[in-house]
Amino acid sequence: MHDYLLGIESLSKSFSGIKVLDNVHLQVRSGTVHSLMGENGAGKSTMMKCLFGIYRQDSGRFFLEGEEFNFIDPKHALENGVSMVHQELNQVTQRTISDNIWLGRYPRKGFFVDEKAMYRASRELFARLGIHLDPNLKLDALSVSQRQMVEIAKAVSYEAKIIVLDEPTSSLTDNEVRMLFDIIRVLRSHGVGIIYISHKMDEIFEVSDEVTVLRDGQYIGTEAIENLDMERIVNMMVGRDLGHRFPPRTNVPGEIHMKVSKITTKYSPIIRDVSFELRRGEILGISGLVGAGRTELVESLFGARTLESGEIYIDGRKINNSTAQKSIGNRFALLTEERRSTGLYPVADITFNSTIANVKSYRGAIGLLDDKSMTRDTETQIDNMRIKTPSYKEQIRDLSGGNQQKVIIGRWLLTDPDILLLDEPTRGIDVGAKFEIYQLIINLAREGKSVIMVSSEMPELIGITNRIMVMSNGRMAGIVETEKTNQTEIFNLAMKYLINSTEAEI
Amino acid sequence: MAKFAHKLRTMTGRQWMDLLVQNAIYLVILAIILTIIILDPRFLSLRVLENILTQSSVRLILALGVAGIIILQGTDLSLGRMVGLAAVISASLLQRQDYAGRFYPNLETVPVLLPMLAAIFGTVLFSAISGWVVAQFKIHPFLATLGMMTVLYGVIQIYFDMGAGGAQPIGGHDRFYTAISTGRLVEFSAGGTRVGIPYLVLIAATVSLVIWVIWNKTVFGKNMYAVGGNPDAAKVSGVNVMGTTIMVYVMAGILYGIGGYLEAARIGSANPSTGFGYELDAIAACVVGGISFSGGIGKVSGAIAGVLMFTIISYGMTFVGLEQYYQYIIKGVIIVVAVALDTKKYLRRV
Ligand SMILES: Nc1ncnc2c1ncn2[C@@H]1O[C@H](COP(=O)(O)OP(=O)(O)OP(=O)(O)O)[C@@H](O)[C@H]1O
Ligand SMILES: [Mg+2]
Repeated sequence: MHDYLLGIESLSKSFSGIKVLDNVHLQVRSGTVHSLMGENGAGKSTMMKCLFGIYRQDSGRFFLEGEEFNFIDPKHALENGVSMVHQELNQVTQRTISDNIWLGRYPRKGFFVDEKAMYRASRELFARLGIHLDPNLKLDALSVSQRQMVEIAKAVSYEAKIIVLDEPTSSLTDNEVRMLFDIIRVLRSHGVGIIYISHKMDEIFEVSDEVTVLRDGQYIGTEAIENLDMERIVNMMVGRDLGHRFPPRTNVPGEIHMKVSKITTKYSPIIRDVSFELRRGEILGISGLVGAGRTELVESLFGARTLESGEIYIDGRKINNSTAQKSIGNRFALLTEERRSTGLYPVADITFNSTIANVKSYRGAIGLLDDKSMTRDTETQIDNMRIKTPSYKEQIRDLSGGNQQKVIIGRWLLTDPDILLLDEPTRGIDVGAKFEIYQLIINLAREGKSVIMVSSEMPELIGITNRIMVMSNGRMAGIVETEKTNQTEIFNLAMKYLINSTEAEI
Repeated sequence: MAKFAHKLRTMTGRQWMDLLVQNAIYLVILAIILTIIILDPRFLSLRVLENILTQSSVRLILALGVAGIIILQGTDLSLGRMVGLAAVISASLLQRQDYAGRFYPNLETVPVLLPMLAAIFGTVLFSAISGWVVAQFKIHPFLATLGMMTVLYGVIQIYFDMGAGGAQPIGGHDRFYTAISTGRLVEFSAGGTRVGIPYLVLIAATVSLVIWVIWNKTVFGKNMYAVGGNPDAAKVSGVNVMGTTIMVYVMAGILYGIGGYLEAARIGSANPSTGFGYELDAIAACVVGGISFSGGIGKVSGAIAGVLMFTIISYGMTFVGLEQYYQYIIKGVIIVVAVALDTKKYLRRV
């Protein structure tokens, strides 16, 4: 008998002459979770896309249960026991959940699609996985996390032997992550081999059996999780010890910068009566369960949501942020949670993508744009955030998912805002680059800018903020000093206005 | 029903607004009809209704063809020339034996439906080539069909010159062929004139039904929406994107073939400029009916509403004696307004 369910041997792949994968390996045993790790741009997604038949490799061989194969397209892969949750959500949002799940394999009754069977199968699938959604809902009526769960359910529904999960938790709520892990455990007990990609270390230690690390397209090694700790993994990924996870908090909050008074939104999801003060040079974290209104709060401050009532004061002066334009004029910047779909110009180059929000400031004497300084600023960003790319001329869609994020983050930092609203700024970013981003945030605060940062990652909130505001069910449950709080206190605050605890679930 | 009434009573202002926006196009049609009726109450007659439906029939068949391509995020500029090709082929094969300038002087009388198949063969061939070019070389359909439009004009001219009839339009249709465009299934007297259900209307209704079934009940139809909505998603889900794309163009070709065949019958003759400019009417009707250029969205009922609206406007405005040039202005404004309202449908308020 063969030892491995899936074997990838000596895989190499280049894009326009640049080697992205150089002779890498992966061996997955049946009934195990195999984590694939590496920095942004290390080649994880590319490796999986070669396996799945989206890219054709330059060289390398694949084995499934000892038998050699080479999928020519995704259809071929799906039919032969490999399914995949893609890093970018690939969904037809205009169509219903069940249309999406069974896309490519609609059940037929004679000449027609058997809608009833399809609906029934979706219900059964959801019941089995514990998802409470009506399969007839259109996808654009769902939240991103619900769409992500649909995608996971779809991958499971293929009854595949190998399931690839490429950053499946990037937009899931804590509850959903737990649901996903339950699903993974069941699949594992049925002998399925799971390839798991994530930048969240705690997840890696919770679900993995084995870990394979890539660095710059090179194979670094494979280890059982028992033999690994966080330092060791980071060392394999980055090639050196990282030391601290968080830079020292060198910013000093000063006088009151912004005062928010009784903000209430007009349309659902509702934010009710939120009031707080933000000091100059302060980093204020916003915590809470998903659905508590964290994103909605920063969007309201930025004018992306209509307010029913409430006021915002800057330095004691009342300001009007009723549209995004006005708030940019008031020197606000918002890094959205869904930056990939709302912030990307896919076919434009990195320079365009990183300077577009600030393009006015590059106007020269006669109003023409100064290419040189645009390029220079872009190159600084590429260096600062360690964006992995051949050059600033690269189209942004050819960057790895995490590197695309870095470009967008850089774009907002370049606008030189006074008040920076960051929604999940480190989502999908590798450990090394996270440190750089924390450092950038702290530096900005030290220069006297004020930062509001929404995050679901408790360690990061505790690691770099000065205070943490906790949202619960659209209301503010309290603000705590970061130095004096702990996870339990924050969790209890997050539950404060929930009628019952199940409301936090989907 | 009681439930529905209850719902209406308990709706908030916001929901009313949404309902209005959702059904904007139908309200616009209604408003236009009412205005015309007020200006000239004779508009409210069976005769007028029959005329409007008849005039809409061929347009609807053509609109349904290009609608599929619009759902794929595309468009088809060659539609008019496709109609021309089908019209010329059909007419050339269906001339009376005693007609003087026959295209094929020695041709025996052929069964009336056979030339339709010949026409469809021609339009499907060229439309499939467009589809293949779009799918294979990732050329934007606007450009691919712009090229096809030009090619087709040449093809039509060459075919036309082959005929023995010289430079005059291909006329003198066989009486069965003419009957298709003028005949009615049931006929009765109403208000002094004879009205009924024209064959053209029946054909358009049947075609709409078939297309509705294909779009909504078959794997191909669902795949069409998926490819139009998000081609990457369709691809990684194992859908044959290229095959689906080509099939949508083939379907369009079939509909253009039928449309061109009927159009020549309706006009009573065909020449190389038959169908010129029809693509713009068809595309306008689709977008006004909510078939979105951004892809993945559109219904058969939308195409029907869009086509009817345009026919009602032109017929009605002529009926009340409005000058042609004013009609153009009103039509143009309506296109833009309807599309603006339609885009609003998909904006979620936050
Ligand atoms: N289609 C493409 N064309 C050109 N270069 C590409 C393409 N796809 C990926 N690359 C390059 O290949 C490298 C590896 O990308 P990949 O997406 O595999 O990284 P990753 O490990 O998944 O990173 P992340 O954690 O950010 O998702 C990157 O440097 C990227 O720029
Ligand atoms: Mg990736």
